[in-house]
Amino acid sequence: MRLRAPVTVLAAAALLTTGLSGCGGSDSGQGAGERPTKVVLLTHDSFALPKKLTQQFEKESGYQLVVRSNGDAGLLTNKLVLSADNPDGDVAFGVDNTFASRALDAGVFDSYTPHDLPAGVSAYDLPGDDGSHLTPVDQGNVCVNIDTTWFAEHHLTPPASLDDLTKPAYKNLFVTPGATTSSPGLAFLLATISKYGDGWQSYWKKLVANGAKVVDGWDQAYEVDFTQGGGKGKRPIVLSYDSSPAYTVSGGKTTTKALLDTCFRQVEYAGVLQGADNPDGAKELVDFLLSPAVQKALPTSMYVYPVAKGTALPKQWATFAVQPTKTWDVAPDDITKNREEWLQQWSDVISG
Amino acid sequence: MLSLKDVSVAYDGVPAVTDVTLDLADGQVLALLGPSGSGKSTLLRAVAGLEPAEGAISWDGRSLAHVPTHKRGFALMFQDGQLFAHLSVAANVAYPLKLRRAGRRSRAARASRVAELLDLVGLGGYGSRLPGTLSGGERQRVALARALAVDPRLLLLDEPLSALDAGLRERLGADLRRILTEAGTTALMVTHDQEEAFTVADRLAVMRAGRVVQEGDLAQVWQHPADPWTALFLGYARVLEGPAAAVVLQAAGLHVSDRPVVAVRRSALVVDPTGPLRGSVVSARATPDQVRLVVAVEGVGEVDAVSPSGVPGPGESVRLRVEPARAAVPGAAEPASNATAGPCGAERGD
Amino acid sequence: MERRHLGLIALAALPVLVLGVFFVLPVTGMVRRGFVVDGSWDAGTVVRVLGRSEIHRAIWFTVWTSLTATAASVLLGLPAAYVLHRLAFPLRRLVRAALLVPFVLPTVVVGVAFRELLGEAGPLAGFHLDGTPVAILAGLVFFNVAVVIRSVGAAWEGLDARPAEAAAALGARPWTVFRTVTLPALRPSIVSAASVVFLFCATAFGVVLTLGGLRYNSVETEIYKLTTVLLDLPGAAALSILQLLVVVALLTLAGRLRAVPDPTQHRAVVRPRRPRRADLPQIVATLVLLALVAAPIATLLAGSLRVDGRWSLGNYRALQTPGSQQTLVAPATDALVTSLEIAVVATALALVLGLLVAAVVTGRSRSRPERRTRAVLDGLFMLPLGVSAVTLGFGLFITLDRPPLDFRDSPWLVPVAQALVALPLVVRTLVPVLAGIDDRQRQAAASLGAGALRTVLTVDVPVVWKPLLAAAGFAFAASLGEFGATSFLYRSDHPTLPVVIYRLIGHPGAMNYGMALAGSCVLALATAVVMLLVERLRVPSLGAF
Repeated sequence: MRLRAPVTVLAAAALLTTGLSGCGGSDSGQGAGERPTKVVLLTHDSFALPKKLTQQFEKESGYQLVVRSNGDAGLLTNKLVLSADNPDGDVAFGVDNTFASRALDAGVFDSYTPHDLPAGVSAYDLPGDDGSHLTPVDQGNVCVNIDTTWFAEHHLTPPASLDDLTKPAYKNLFVTPGATTSSPGLAFLLATISKYGDGWQSYWKKLVANGAKVVDGWDQAYEVDFTQGGGKGKRPIVLSYDSSPAYTVSGGKTTTKALLDTCFRQVEYAGVLQGADNPDGAKELVDFLLSPAVQKALPTSMYVYPVAKGTALPKQWATFAVQPTKTWDVAPDDITKNREEWLQQWSDVISG
Repeated sequence: MLSLKDVSVAYDGVPAVTDVTLDLADGQVLALLGPSGSGKSTLLRAVAGLEPAEGAISWDGRSLAHVPTHKRGFALMFQDGQLFAHLSVAANVAYPLKLRRAGRRSRAARASRVAELLDLVGLGGYGSRLPGTLSGGERQRVALARALAVDPRLLLLDEPLSALDAGLRERLGADLRRILTEAGTTALMVTHDQEEAFTVADRLAVMRAGRVVQEGDLAQVWQHPADPWTALFLGYARVLEGPAAAVVLQAAGLHVSDRPVVAVRRSALVVDPTGPLRGSVVSARATPDQVRLVVAVEGVGEVDAVSPSGVPGPGESVRLRVEPARAAVPGAAEPASNATAGPCGAERGD
Repeated sequence: MERRHLGLIALAALPVLVLGVFFVLPVTGMVRRGFVVDGSWDAGTVVRVLGRSEIHRAIWFTVWTSLTATAASVLLGLPAAYVLHRLAFPLRRLVRAALLVPFVLPTVVVGVAFRELLGEAGPLAGFHLDGTPVAILAGLVFFNVAVVIRSVGAAWEGLDARPAEAAAALGARPWTVFRTVTLPALRPSIVSAASVVFLFCATAFGVVLTLGGLRYNSVETEIYKLTTVLLDLPGAAALSILQLLVVVALLTLAGRLRAVPDPTQHRAVVRPRRPRRADLPQIVATLVLLALVAAPIATLLAGSLRVDGRWSLGNYRALQTPGSQQTLVAPATDALVTSLEIAVVATALALVLGLLVAAVVTGRSRSRPERRTRAVLDGLFMLPLGVSAVTLGFGLFITLDRPPLDFRDSPWLVPVAQALVALPLVVRTLVPVLAGIDDRQRQAAASLGAGALRTVLTVDVPVVWKPLLAAAGFAFAASLGEFGATSFLYRSDHPTLPVVIYRLIGHPGAMNYGMALAGSCVLALATAVVMLLVERLRVPSLGAF
């Protein structure tokens, strides 16, 4: 009787393991020659498309669409790089211009260029790749936003440029998410690096000395500290997106404005993964992302602008959100080469 | 002197002790005897201050109503499980000594007092042992030593011998009595075992369903149980009523009232060729002390009896006499006889 | 090999297997990636990383905040454990269930709540605590005090009152009784709870980030930065190893502190009693603690009931929709159901494995090597708590991707990861209780003819079922609120509620903020309800309780 117990436990353990790996292994290793039944899209947390559109894709392509999303663009890129030899899916969407070279250097993407590129898309190609591996899908800008009503109430001229943020008139009024912990934060840092070159550290020192508050995420900055955010904070200047004014509409007018001289462009790309199980399905999905229906749905689903020229924008966007004409940029290769050093120096300035 | 006047204790509205009035003079040992659920432990805990009670509990005339447990100067001893498992025997016994700020004893003085106490309870040399390595009896001795360490005003014992086996119970009971009387300690003991009560105590209070039904000297209570239930609880084997009782009372030479009741011990009826009662033996068994019989007595029925010599066989006809000292009339105000023999002279196992 | 050893191996086989596949493998995989550069071992980067001064600052910060937060949790938790587990008063169970709520709340939302209280626009703005270590400590205590209260409380409930009563009768004042009699008896469970809390604090990630501003870095945030933002795997590997070493050292220390000469405890059926005047200090301390814990939750609740500046239930109604601008793939209510399902599976796993581990660890050892093996196993199963969720999450992702261990697609991955995090809680709750069973009871049962199963039913189960329920509650709450590893592993078509809340709060949209708060309140309520049900579960045939 004593010996039976251990044997039963061992048997149960063996069954459990095989059962588990059975569950796990069922999706991999489809027989060669068998037509794949699904296409797996790897993306980040902000991905969202109306159900109607995804169902349309599934009907047209004949594949089931499986979406796997985790974290943000940085996490997505790193997952892709770490699993480059054995990708978890067929297509990746959401690698943006700040992280793209890391992925390209690791050989994550297969070369593919859609045949009928809509007009205006190639303007957003990643410099250096020129559309051979990565296809632009959407774009947006990270800009400093201000609460116009607050400035009106306090009879203060609102700031207009990056330099203004260091002026004493705007002391203790600015809040931004940090570069090490948020993607818009990193974009803002890159904008300052682009504008001030090697003098960016002294700019940040002045910012900090002028009472700029640095928090960990966009949600904290906008929702807790911004005067027009959900928590009704105390700071009327916040780092956000060029589309944000479309969401603070009350009484037919928007209460916020984006400072168009402070923007950094973010472009998101899609690409077919090297070693995918279903490369044909992947290509179809990339094409689909550039289709008019999807491009039109991008603002409402993902708060980003379409890349296809001439796509109609939602009414509130068209009225209240203005896109900048000139943005600050940094070459992707520079970003990859210097990111660690820049973030380190930035951390030192912030904690110093 | 401990005084309890109309003390009542209730748990969640259910009364556990009702209107108990008792006095305990200095130097005396009172046993609260009663079955499980009679409220005796509750009363003890109320005296210790562990349960809130109504009525007056006072010591030397001063009320203890607002005095917390640790200020009463009463030591507690349970039937088990009260030693501090993480301290050695010596540390356990020294615990109360360390607490007393007044009379700052030096370590040496404390150590010698601990050794003295351990010798008193028969555990000299056990100082460095851990409670977990001791037997039940040894643990109780340590608990006793600890309780006596600071000469408590009152020692409260909650069934201290119940967890021990019979032989150990006797020995430890006798030792306990000796130690208490030598030190002149006042003690209140709670037990369900009348043997324990008779071994250790001077006075006895019988409790039933939360009330005290009888109280007095051991001898007094023993000889005059208050009612049949008490008599049976005190160890009387049977209570006879009606004509059977009358027969026995007459044979004993005791007064027979209109409604005769008599409680008899197993050794009340003795085989005696000259005795007034007649009966036939139903069964016989030899025990180390005496021969026990069950006899069907004429006019009485089946009763227990003893034979001082010889083992009568079943069916044999015998004559019996009744020892008046071993019978009692429950509820009688006057002594049933002038016999002076009491429970102290009783044989074991009656 | 002796039968005993076979029995030990058989019991330990399943937990060790699970731990090996789902923890040891992924972590070593990540570490190896860090050390092996271009196919060869390279320790140079490791040394370089560990030499950086900001790493030293991060290490120091982690150590002192974790120690302080642990001490504060224990100091605040002890009176509350006493009041909630030894005294009887109405709504006691409700309060106990409510105290588990912080465990469940996603850090991102708690961060928002704290900052609304402590930030510039909040009621406590005058204290200028926003972005200071004090805020971080408050957050850590907020999350972890429940661990202390429940574990120590469960042990206190079954503590024999007689030594304490005897001590009081011998003249010891209540504080002296506590110090000399109760504390030594509670030492094993206090040390257990403190070690779990320390590990939680040392690997706390969200709290440090949201409440400390970006001025303070802990080892965990450094690992996050190195892995996620910089993809500096050698650096991350170095820090992960450092983390592991510290955890191992701590566990050894805790093991020593926990050891008592005789762990056998007399099981006592102690009725909780009515509060008395002498209990006032503890009651006041508990009320203060409850106020501290309730304040952020109340802030969340208030925020969730406001729509456009007016009181309304609109946010809760909106939870049934996919959110403004379809932020979510599915309504938040679906996510709640998913969370509950996964939590049930994870809890069951954690309980089964935890029981096995506890049984192995508390068996009586006959020889020194055996005792050492049991002690090592005990520490081994605490490790998942001490290792960064980032390392574990990424590790699971890159090592379990090929047959026969291809779990990337498996629906088991998230529950197993959550179970691994809940497992130490279960083990630490059960071990003191199981260790306290007098072996003679088992021997008595055996001599009376009881087989192994019957002995377990009559001796172990009555003692252990209540702490088991407490452990189940823990595991459930921990699983519901787990976000670190889950965020790396979940499959987006079935997100859990914390993931949904995180998404809602991270996107602009008229209702999203309010919905995130409402979602958190729903999560909290679900936890409290489940906890209450678990507490109400009585198994009368199995126990004298």
